[in-house]
Amino acid sequence: MVRGALGKVYKDGEDIIQQGKTGDSMYVVQGGRVEVVQKSEDGVEQHLAFLEAGDFFGEMAVFEKEVRSATVRAAGKARVLKIDKKALLTRIREDPLLAVNLLKTMSHRIRYLNAEISRHKETHL
Amino acid sequence: MKLSPPTSVADSFSSIVEDDDLDFNLRDGSRVAVVGGGPAGSFFSYFLLKMANAIDLDIEVDIFEPRAFQYCGPAGCNHCGGIVSESLVQILATEGIVLPERVVQRGVESYVVHMDVGDVSIESPVHEQRIAALYRGNGPREGGDAPLESFDGYLQGMATDSGANVVRKLITDVESRGGLPYLKFADGQAESYDLVAVAAGVNSNFINMLDDLTSEFEPPKTTRGYICEFKSTEKEIHRILGKSVHVFLLDIPRFEFAAIIPKGQFATVVMVGDDLDQELVHAFLNDPVVRRTFPTDTTPCVCSCSPLINLGARKRPYADRVVMIGDSGITRLYKDGIGAAFRTGKAAATTAVFHGVSKKDFEKHYWPTCRNIVNDNRVGKVMFATNAIMKNSRLTRRAMLGMASKEQAKDGAKPHMSSLLWNMFTGSAPYVEMFRGTLHPGFIYNLLLSVSGSLWPKSNKKQIKRKVA
Repeated sequence: MVRGALGKVYKDGEDIIQQGKTGDSMYVVQGGRVEVVQKSEDGVEQHLAFLEAGDFFGEMAVFEKEVRSATVRAAGKARVLKIDKKALLTRIREDPLLAVNLLKTMSHRIRYLNAEISRHKETHL
Repeated sequence: MKLSPPTSVADSFSSIVEDDDLDFNLRDGSRVAVVGGGPAGSFFSYFLLKMANAIDLDIEVDIFEPRAFQYCGPAGCNHCGGIVSESLVQILATEGIVLPERVVQRGVESYVVHMDVGDVSIESPVHEQRIAALYRGNGPREGGDAPLESFDGYLQGMATDSGANVVRKLITDVESRGGLPYLKFADGQAESYDLVAVAAGVNSNFINMLDDLTSEFEPPKTTRGYICEFKSTEKEIHRILGKSVHVFLLDIPRFEFAAIIPKGQFATVVMVGDDLDQELVHAFLNDPVVRRTFPTDTTPCVCSCSPLINLGARKRPYADRVVMIGDSGITRLYKDGIGAAFRTGKAAATTAVFHGVSKKDFEKHYWPTCRNIVNDNRVGKVMFATNAIMKNSRLTRRAMLGMASKEQAKDGAKPHMSSLLWNMFTGSAPYVEMFRGTLHPGFIYNLLLSVSGSLWPKSNKKQIKRKVA
């Protein structure tokens, strides 16, 4: 976790990005595990997902100027690499296929959300 | 209105594949030879197979690499300083490629610039370890007990996991038969391929075998490098060098550039210059500035080499069914050779899968990526020439140190000189971007102020740390 570590090490429970805050970077998990949680309007925090090495988060900030939609915190000791928005967009301009990996993950997430909505509707009908 | 049926990702990709020049398109069963299994060859193979798979194209990829990266010393080494730049680390992560801790020997979080007039430590702009110091092979001689894995071996593993074959045959000649490249091997056998990707670097004589395919390959300009590995304990290397790459701007005759890179229980000394010889290496290692940073008498040299280093561009790094990538074709001047291997390898793979493998295809779709690097290198030459002038004068060395020190002392100050030094040494930004930074009125004003201040210097030998942005 020390010698060959890339990125920044976060302690267990430490917030990496916070829901409602602005941001202009995305992050890629390099080691350990992070938890994605979202606070509902009544203030209750809900677990959304765990992400592991190779997974990324905060990518929406690269494409739109909105506040963070969820909080991501270290679940145990985690190592996370920050990706600069400007550098990433510059590279995507030179190599548009770089965005394919991002699109693939975002597509998986939409598929997962659709399944969640269906499940939610079924349980409330 | 009738809606068309939904299309898959593969269908979408298929629609952009050009259908002209059919003779030069890769088809199911096409065979691709990749000569050289270093980063350029592995990146090319990985992306070629990944993109071919996306459009349901079934091709065969053979990587010809005589080295076995599990061996220590020259048998498994590709002779390189071994730095993966900040920008490449981020791009790899975006591609879903996470460099494992056993491959990264040291995550670098700062560069320390050493001069006779003082030192300055420049930290990563985001306080993260975003530069990887690693071994291309399995480490130096006497490194058998070190817990490390070869970077080239790791990338080759990615390529073989995607379906590439590694072939340990020695290629003895290349011929053109019926318009196809024909590789001849030392065992007397021969095989034809639809495309040959040359990723053999500049230290191989394979390129001389391509005369039968084209006579247009002019060799790139090269210079000589010197790489030496010093062994100690991991604790001692960390105590001396920390998590920093140490670079030296010294006024030694014929000296151009040198760096010391910590890697676990080893430290890699890298020197670059047209006029490198034992005398210059000795003068550098015994310079008082180097000795106070890195006492080489307590850390013996266990492995060394003097590879050729590509200084720029090969004219026309392509022909019908042949493409040159990485150091064999185009690379960045002095810096980020692995980044250039990634960019050229991926651009060549994209061209081969989506456009074709003719000279015309490479000219239209591959050359623009190479041209960007070539144009940036032109600016880089100006930057390095200016740096050479500045490092050879005590006054300007003092001015550079003074300017960086002032930026560090003042909260909120724009880090003009710190950013320039960071980008020059890490290779994180294009040279054009660095050059633009030097035209900023703030940079020029502060540099002139610092030069005039250096005429009457105060003591500024203390080492200061601060972020660059």
